Amino acid sequence: MPADATVAKAALWRREELLIAVLARLLDGVDHVAVGASSPIPGAAALLARALSKGDTRVSVLGSRRHNPFTEGGRELFDCAAQGRIGAFFLGGGEIDGQANINLVGMGDYPRLDVRFPGSFGSAYLYMLIPRVILFREEHTRRVMVPRVNFISAPGTSDPGVHRPGGPYALVTNLAKFDFDRERRSFSLATVHPGHSAADVAEATGFEYDQPAAVPATEPPPPEWLELLRGRIADELAETYPKFAKAVFGVEAAA
Amino acid sequence: MAATQFIDLAELADRIPDGAFLALPPDYSNVPMAMTHALLRRPARDMRLLCVPTSGIQADLLIGAGCVAAIECAAVSLGEQGPAPRFTNAVVNGSLKFVDSTCPAIHAALQASEKGLPFMPLRGILGSDILANRPDWKVIDNPFAEEKDPIVLLPAIRPDFAVFHARWADRQGNVWIGRRRELMTMAHAARRSFVTVEAVFDGDLLAEDELAAGTIPGIYVDAVALAPRGAWPMGLADLYAPDVAHLADYAKLARSDAGFREYLAQNHLEPAHAG
Repeated sequence: MPADATVAKAALWRREELLIAVLARLLDGVDHVAVGASSPIPGAAALLARALSKGDTRVSVLGSRRHNPFTEGGRELFDCAAQGRIGAFFLGGGEIDGQANINLVGMGDYPRLDVRFPGSFGSAYLYMLIPRVILFREEHTRRVMVPRVNFISAPGTSDPGVHRPGGPYALVTNLAKFDFDRERRSFSLATVHPGHSAADVAEATGFEYDQPAAVPATEPPPPEWLELLRGRIADELAETYPKFAKAVFGVEAAA
Repeated sequence: MAATQFIDLAELADRIPDGAFLALPPDYSNVPMAMTHALLRRPARDMRLLCVPTSGIQADLLIGAGCVAAIECAAVSLGEQGPAPRFTNAVVNGSLKFVDSTCPAIHAALQASEKGLPFMPLRGILGSDILANRPDWKVIDNPFAEEKDPIVLLPAIRPDFAVFHARWADRQGNVWIGRRRELMTMAHAARRSFVTVEAVFDGDLLAEDELAAGTIPGIYVDAVALAPRGAWPMGLADLYAPDVAHLADYAKLARSDAGFREYLAQNHLEPAHAG
């Protein structure tokens, strides 16, 4: 494709919309997806997956009033996950390493930290129990994608004999999508987003991963998904993420 | 069980002694900001905080104002407004004793207390450095499994006080919380519960099932104070939304010591300020 055509095509959707589409595809066939705190792009992806499934996919967005069914307080999400009632969840990380360990606590020699992140939230638990955990972090640099995390908030893999129905399924960033192989305990590069190359990904990644001879480009969001996103999903999202909905979709939260 | 006392906000805050172990609700659930402001004005000292299971501006303000000796939490964050600057700063400069936990562990340890149990087992967590840094948590083999099945045990957590805001209390001290049932668990688990409310409910909250299902019985409620808009600048479900502009302003100012002091002066050190 000539360079000018790439530019013209890229202008049809925003970076956030591409990421939402990538995450929504990873939710295909999931009965119930839950979305944690401070996650507007995963939240939008879950709401999009629900719309595309014609309601077959249930969505629980933490911090939402309208898109959160729980009536037993903050613990219900965790109890639900331990029972196997949640099929997919999203986690991020201040650092992510090649074994899919994630660090949400900080950098330095714990507890003497040089940089403090907010904290582990429910990651140490949900990563172990939810079958399809999608790692999502927009920033893809050697600062984030490290050979070994400083602090393991939640481990990517576990020894045999540890009760672990859950774990990492994929990693999505501003540059690419990786799949995770739990047997081999490593990522493989699945697709690279338009405008970037496999070489860009290698340059920005501090851990080893597998890569096929030719890496396909990430499929952009189809026009009907964009229409859904900019209309109904943007309105649904504005309740929980007013700042994001306004910045990306120009939508104001209802009073 | 003594009757619930109705007192004013300043007295409610005064009855929480320095050094007390306080359970705080998360940002999505009835944050007692007016009570927090009263604690700041006093000012309270050497508080030990348990975030159930996370906190935001409430813990950040108390930490920044020097009211806090120790904190146990799964996270402290201002959500969409970014990191909690005073918490982050205090951890990095070593002035705060912090204990990292994870959300379900805090919920489960409080459930142990509400059942009068010494501990609670919990799935997950194995292989996390949180566990590696918690000498108070133990790993045993599930005594009911035929094969080896390691599982974590958490000691019960019994806070001195559960503090939160709610829409209504009736004159018997029953407090309506709707679906925010982490507050129910906090009230069951803590030795005492101190609650601020938007209004006194003229009637009996336990009389009809529609309201009774979302009501904490007065058995668990020691004292109530009126505090209209008492969650501001956080929101209260169905009544008012968080004051996003104010929170953004806080997030910006609290990045520096001077900015944080300016915020306190503008908002909380003047007892007449009502928000």
